[in-house]
Amino acid sequence: MSFLINNIDQTSPKWHNQCMFKYYGKFAPYMFLLPAGIVLLIFFFIPFFQTIGLSFFDYSNSIYNPDFTGIKNYIEILHNPVFYKVMINTIIYLVVAVPILAIFPLFLAVLINQKIRGITLYKILIYLPVIVSIVVAAIAFKWLYAQDGILNYFMQLMHLPKIGWLTDPKYAIYSVIIVTIWKGIGYYMMIYLASLMSVPKELYEACEIDGANFWQKHLTVTVPHLMPTIALVSTISSISAMKIFAEIYVMTKGGPLDSTKTIVYYIYEKAFENLDLGYASAMAVILLIIVMIFSLLNIFVFERGKYKI
Amino acid sequence: MKFNLKNIPTHIVLIAVSLLSIFPFIWLLSTSLKGAGENIFAYPPTIIPQDFTWANYSGVWQRVDLMKYFINSMIVAGATVVLNLILSSLAAYPLARMEFKGKKITFFAILATIMIPFQAIMLPVYLITLKLHLVDSVNDTMGFIGLVMPFAVSAFGIFLMRQAFLAIPREMEEAAIVDGCNVFQVFWKVLLPMVKPSLAVLAIFTFIGSWGEFLWPSIVLTKEAMYTLPVGVNNLQGMFSSNWRFIAAGSIISTIPIIIFFLAMQKYFISGENEGAVKG
Repeated sequence: MSFLINNIDQTSPKWHNQCMFKYYGKFAPYMFLLPAGIVLLIFFFIPFFQTIGLSFFDYSNSIYNPDFTGIKNYIEILHNPVFYKVMINTIIYLVVAVPILAIFPLFLAVLINQKIRGITLYKILIYLPVIVSIVVAAIAFKWLYAQDGILNYFMQLMHLPKIGWLTDPKYAIYSVIIVTIWKGIGYYMMIYLASLMSVPKELYEACEIDGANFWQKHLTVTVPHLMPTIALVSTISSISAMKIFAEIYVMTKGGPLDSTKTIVYYIYEKAFENLDLGYASAMAVILLIIVMIFSLLNIFVFERGKYKI
Repeated sequence: MKFNLKNIPTHIVLIAVSLLSIFPFIWLLSTSLKGAGENIFAYPPTIIPQDFTWANYSGVWQRVDLMKYFINSMIVAGATVVLNLILSSLAAYPLARMEFKGKKITFFAILATIMIPFQAIMLPVYLITLKLHLVDSVNDTMGFIGLVMPFAVSAFGIFLMRQAFLAIPREMEEAAIVDGCNVFQVFWKVLLPMVKPSLAVLAIFTFIGSWGEFLWPSIVLTKEAMYTLPVGVNNLQGMFSSNWRFIAAGSIISTIPIIIFFLAMQKYFISGENEGAVKG
């Protein structure tokens, strides 16, 4: 029976769809698409074009009668040292967080994918940070990072000086990155676990016969097999690194000395605190372009099958 | 599953990572249970409270309407889930099963929304929400609608449901039509019950996402009575500026509901079979 169904599915889906089309009539597909279409139009497509439009206006004189100034906002951004600070912070975020989030969860997934005691408990505990609200996580870390807090106690134990985790411009961004990594590990581990199931068992058996040990086995079989997943995790974590906001808002508000200001926090500050709508929109367009490049890579290189028409 | 000496290094690593995962919460919990008689900055720090008390919990509970925040979060997350289930499966059905003019364009338009991060368009979304009077300064209902609508449907949900519809044998539809169903009956009575597992996955992940959402509510909300849990908890920092005992107690209370939800639904998160639920 199942081969019959497969047979029809593979040879004539289009034929089936066309027969259905005759039966349903012309308007049915549009009726089904309409509700989602309205929401996407109002809250995605219109704002998308409006963002681009706003970026050509100057709101600094009047919020009701903006002046059309062409690309002045973009030129201003390029002359603003804060912009470069923000971009450097974003690059630090990508360079530090992405490799760790691509490699460490894979290592954990391999460890947890064995038949040993307590696996479910380990999974629950490691996944817990993913579930908990980022605001609570950020508050918890802010408490760990306090000047006389527990982390500085450990520093003292190791005969190291106390660190201003969130107050020293040298360290603040890394302290925030630690929160992002801590909250992402469980999530990416589960993605790796799912694709580990697709590695053919025979390959491992062949390796064992050849006398490979645990790590050799995984280096020669698992890593090459999971290359597409590693690439996927890298792009997903890059995109989410560029969208970081809550950690910054709760812990540092972009400070000290802009050392933790990210693109999204900068947009938020310009738009909702300085009410410089044009400048904020130009910055948003820059974010759009960067995220689009990563997303296109993701969709057309790594997840092709899922979005095939 | 028998105990094996060979596995000890694995257990040591996994125990260490598990402890690191929960340690920030443990320390927060410990702080929230320490009374005024105990220095919370004491060196060496103590995990087990010496001056154990529930007073911080009752103190926060009396001063802050956490129950109200919880109810607001439930309303927002509940409505977001229901709308996502309905709108995503409605839109997914023709994309999976019908031929119509403009199908390719529709498909790519939805795909394009994956590439548009909300953070980049939030300003116009806010301006539109204001224009449509979907803010809490009009009234509470409008405020809730404004909190929910930008997240009422997602490309992620539409593609997830489309995958589910694609997997249903076409004979099901044909048989239903022979039996005299119209297109909405086919959808509602035959196809929808068959994609329940995907609906469950979509519901759970949408719920978690909506429950933790912080950026949008902190932009649109003006009234404290409308605060959702993340906004309310962040606000604790301002209210009790240096009273870490209260901030800790409030944070712990706000986390209990989602942990219960997680433990009840854990198989959806950690079974490793929800590959389709990877949210970009």
